[in-house]
Amino acid sequence: MSDAMLDREHPAHRPFAVLLPPRERRPLELPRLNTRHVVFFVAVALVVAGSAVAQAPDAPPAAATEALIAAPATPLSVIIKWAPFLLKGFIFNIVISIAAMALGTFFGVLLGLGQISLKGWIRKSSWFVTQFFRNAPWLVLLFFAMFMIPFQFTVFGVTIPLPDWFKAIIGFALPVMANVSELLRGAIRSLPSGQWDAAESLAFPRGKTIRQIILPQCVKRMLPPWMNLYSLITMATVLASIVGVGEMLTLTAQVHAAEGGRAELFAPLYGFAGLCFFAYCWPISKLTQRLERRYNVKT
Amino acid sequence: MEALAEWGRALYEATGINLTILYDQFDQSRFISGIWMTIYLSIISLFFSVIIGVVGAWAQGSPIKAVRWAINGFIVLFRNTPPLVQIFFFYFGISNLLPYVEDADGMRAPLFTNIQWAIISLSLFAGAFNIEIFRSGIEAVPKSTLEAAEALGYTRLGAYRHIVLPLAIRVCLPALNNNLVNLLKTTSLAYAIAVPELLYASKQIWTDAQNVPTMMVVLLLTYVALVGVLVWAMNAWERSMAVPGYGQGRGR
Repeated sequence: MSDAMLDREHPAHRPFAVLLPPRERRPLELPRLNTRHVVFFVAVALVVAGSAVAQAPDAPPAAATEALIAAPATPLSVIIKWAPFLLKGFIFNIVISIAAMALGTFFGVLLGLGQISLKGWIRKSSWFVTQFFRNAPWLVLLFFAMFMIPFQFTVFGVTIPLPDWFKAIIGFALPVMANVSELLRGAIRSLPSGQWDAAESLAFPRGKTIRQIILPQCVKRMLPPWMNLYSLITMATVLASIVGVGEMLTLTAQVHAAEGGRAELFAPLYGFAGLCFFAYCWPISKLTQRLERRYNVKT
Repeated sequence: MEALAEWGRALYEATGINLTILYDQFDQSRFISGIWMTIYLSIISLFFSVIIGVVGAWAQGSPIKAVRWAINGFIVLFRNTPPLVQIFFFYFGISNLLPYVEDADGMRAPLFTNIQWAIISLSLFAGAFNIEIFRSGIEAVPKSTLEAAEALGYTRLGAYRHIVLPLAIRVCLPALNNNLVNLLKTTSLAYAIAVPELLYASKQIWTDAQNVPTMMVVLLLTYVALVGVLVWAMNAWERSMAVPGYGQGRGR
């Protein structure tokens, strides 16, 4: 081994091509601070500060409530104690968001294709439906879905119950549908019209042109805003707590009540809920930005 | 007005469609004040969010790193947490940490009312978006334009006021309008902290009058109409502001 190494130093054995000596590995640098860290520290500091302020006893407890709050749990210990319970609620939020997104995307693509239909009445009615559901506030649409959809269906004598969370999914899918429809229309319009002409000159029928030429190109353009929409719908799922679906905010309120309804617990508990959503949505938005930069297609 | 009330009553008699907001004085005033509250929330929040946006965009160009970090942290934090959680965090969480004041009757009252908290959290939420919008608008103004202004003897502030801002505003108008529409829609979240805006008023009405489906449709149509009017006005404004050959005001 060492002989061979020595041999290579000999001029006769030197290879023709000049090999650079192996580059020295740089020692691992300390991670540079960026926004990510700042935000993390700010968030942690907020929770800690909230708990610190909350822990400070402000008044001597009244005798009647003394037994109840003889040893009041600190906000941090409350959060640690209930975290598994709250996180279960958070997972429910994510399930709702994914289901609503899937349902909304499916119908949104259909509606978007309706918007470029050759038949005037399909085009106009699709446009109207899109604009209608895009312009209505999400909370109002959620109310609409919760109150207007019956709690059970009877089809051919079989009764299918519709639980609250399922109606909530429909309520969230409605605005997703409208937004996806508009995204698709925008993506199709941003394609150069040469694509249509070329497909036509190759004798593609319209259906095939859309399926094989137009839609595949739209996917790339639609992906970043679509992910943005997903992040928005995930954040909107907490609205379901207003109409009585047991998701994370409902559970947060329940935890707060279970801990004696102390006012100083509000900030840490809601801060924790916000932090969970932040931890989920922020990577998505980062990824979206990166995709946007990469797919920055000139039109 | 009287004819409308008559028609509302006749409609109820004939079809069972119970539009109490047409003939019931109390419901009508509740509904209309709900609409006004929604508009009021939108306008005030819009005002503060634009101020937050301008100040934030200016601070983002600051040479001090800590300021830039703070602004970036604010933006990502407020963009990536649910607005409802923000409202609850402020209204329940922060409100309890603030000192209480004595109101006119000598009662212990929180420092801010629920309406004020709604305005604060909505402004911060929309402001976080506005910062990015304004920054991208200012960045879109070519450097050479600014240099040309300087060559013509504009002061730094003058160049900003007369050259950069008018162009930047035109560039970011579409995004700003979008955000404004979003803000109008987000005001419905104030329902959760009992601000008597449109949704809250409607809920009260349909609880009292037992006309959930009818009122629901009315509510939906009202919101769509409000947003529609806003979008139409904003588009008209955008078109009137468009500089030929600049920005994508009209574009495709």
